Amino acid sequence: MSTGEGKGMDRRGFLRLAGLGALSAAAVPAGWDLLKPGAALAAGAGAPVAGRRYAMVVDARTGCPDGCRDCIGACNTTHNIPTFADEPDPRRHELKWIWQTSFHSAFPGNEQEFAREDLESKQVTVLCNHCQNPPCVRVCPTKATYQRPDGIVMMDFHRCIGCRFCMAGCPYGSRSFNWRDPWPRNAATGEPAKLPNPEYPTRMRGVVEKCTFCSERLDRGLQPACVEACKEKLLVFGDLHDAGSGVRALLKEHYTIRRKANLGTQPQVYYVIGA
Amino acid sequence: MLEKALSGSTRYRAWVGGLLLVILVGVGFYVRQFNEGLGITGMSRDVTWGFYIAQFTFLVGVAASAVMLVIPYYLHHYKAFGKITILGEFLAIGAVTMCLLFILADLGQPMRAMNVILHPTPNSVLFWDMVVLNGYLFLNLLVGWTTLTAEKKGLPSPKWIKPFIYLSVPWAVSIHTVTAFLYAGLPGRGFWLTAVMAPRFLTSAFAAGPALLILLALLVRKLTKFDPGKEQIQTLGTIVAYALPLNLFLLACEVFTVFYSNIPDHKLHFQYLYFGLHGHNALVPWMWTSVALAVGAVVLLVNPGTRRNETLLAWACGMTFVATWIDKGLGMISGGFVPNPLEEITEYWPTLPEALIALGIWAIGALIVTVLYKVAVAVREQELA
Ligand code: SF4
Ligand code: SF4
Repeated sequence: MSTGEGKGMDRRGFLRLAGLGALSAAAVPAGWDLLKPGAALAAGAGAPVAGRRYAMVVDARTGCPDGCRDCIGACNTTHNIPTFADEPDPRRHELKWIWQTSFHSAFPGNEQEFAREDLESKQVTVLCNHCQNPPCVRVCPTKATYQRPDGIVMMDFHRCIGCRFCMAGCPYGSRSFNWRDPWPRNAATGEPAKLPNPEYPTRMRGVVEKCTFCSERLDRGLQPACVEACKEKLLVFGDLHDAGSGVRALLKEHYTIRRKANLGTQPQVYYVIGA
Repeated sequence: MLEKALSGSTRYRAWVGGLLLVILVGVGFYVRQFNEGLGITGMSRDVTWGFYIAQFTFLVGVAASAVMLVIPYYLHHYKAFGKITILGEFLAIGAVTMCLLFILADLGQPMRAMNVILHPTPNSVLFWDMVVLNGYLFLNLLVGWTTLTAEKKGLPSPKWIKPFIYLSVPWAVSIHTVTAFLYAGLPGRGFWLTAVMAPRFLTSAFAAGPALLILLALLVRKLTKFDPGKEQIQTLGTIVAYALPLNLFLLACEVFTVFYSNIPDHKLHFQYLYFGLHGHNALVPWMWTSVALAVGAVVLLVNPGTRRNETLLAWACGMTFVATWIDKGLGMISGGFVPNPLEEITEYWPTLPEALIALGIWAIGALIVTVLYKVAVAVREQELA
């Protein structure tokens, strides 16, 4: 009735709102941040310690030993990535998380006429760059592609509607789409196909996928499968915020380049090119 | 009012029957795509959008063009368009429906389409495209139906509809602008990374849409007792005559920027489309056909003598429609994906199932437009009687 009472109610109302705000902030990490793509999902189980920023350094100085595909094989097995070898053109529906490509394709625009010849003929290992400023996350209409606080750009197979906007958005061709069933059931028995790694969840056709820096292994304290598989130790993975990490040591010691750094995506895969 | 669409001449019933047949074939192939996945299309890891999205992009333009009737009629009180504004609005309804169906057909997991609404993501242009497309569909349904119902009763349109009509003007611009932003904001896709994308979309829309409207108006005059009017058709012709050269001008602006700047990742796409790249040239004949048709149409359109001749005008409109369709329905999307960001070349061409699904969606659109036009014309004929 009186102005005083009115004020009191206002304050109570305010306190209640503030309480709600605090509650929601506790229940879900930073209420407002929810608008940020992937923030809600990232808060789920197994969320990594915030403050980390994962990165990889690819030592491309000597190049991989001839014909070695250990990293690619390890990744394919770990994540049940099919090859579609039975198709007339296996490239059509290909899924690639980590692969090798020419220097020119990895760094278009970086070729020089009189540069070291071996550079041009070199195969470079490429994968999702886990961009710090990822266009794939920006364009995804469902938050199926999202970024964890530690920088890993993740895919939620169960959320993805298969619009493939993220594939148009990624300037590195790092994403693959399941144009057909990745592991079709046996036509005669109806049995689901035996997966190389039964522990890794399979996905269905019609969704996008890509390298996840083996987030499921990191959460168990393991290194990414490709890093573990490389006998030459040419792939180094770690936390950029840890001054003692292997990635920091390499970045300190060598001049490194990143793919299409001029686009402002801030790739978190670094390449040591020259001695 | 819809009951007016249920009866008609033998020719009308044959046309509707034919469309239903094409739709049925399309649905059949869609069921196959639904069960097997998008692998039955010609798309690949490198060219991830194809015919479906291209048709969607083109048809957004056709839908947006209804505004070219609404603006003169409602904003400038150009009374002559009162007769045919409804044709534009009903064409827009058909076109937007096709757009939505093409998006749906392109989804890998169509059952999850609602995720876009359940998890609204304002940072994604696709979210906004969904908002504006559905809004535009709603606006045209509301405005078209309300004005036609009033007309049938011999009453003026109710006052409350006015704000919706005015709203539909910027809204029409928004659907094509937002659709252009789907492409124009992506890093590393040199072909699409251009500020004239949205203006170019609008000019090609304001050429292709009215061109189609002229053809439909001529058809309506031929098949029914309702005459959309000589003056109306000529005014639409003038609109095409302005929009098409503007569209070519914007294309020339792009060609200048791309080739004078000499930046490879912007040039490669144009080279691929118009000259072929490393022996890959599937689209070269198409792109030049498009240019030739557009230039020919401009000659016919800007020349008052030929424009006033309705037969030549019809030809010019057909040429405009095909030229813009090739440009957006084939070149715009493929050209953006070839070469890929790693400068590797994978060409794209739609497969038969893909083309038949697309044809089925076009037939659904044609059926919607046919039925709505039938209703509109019936109301007009009743006035004439
Ligand atoms: S490399 Fe591509 S997929 Fe990976 S984070 Fe960057 S934009 Fe996304
Ligand atoms: S395909 Fe899936 S992950 Fe990619 S943008 Fe669409 S919904 Fe997001």
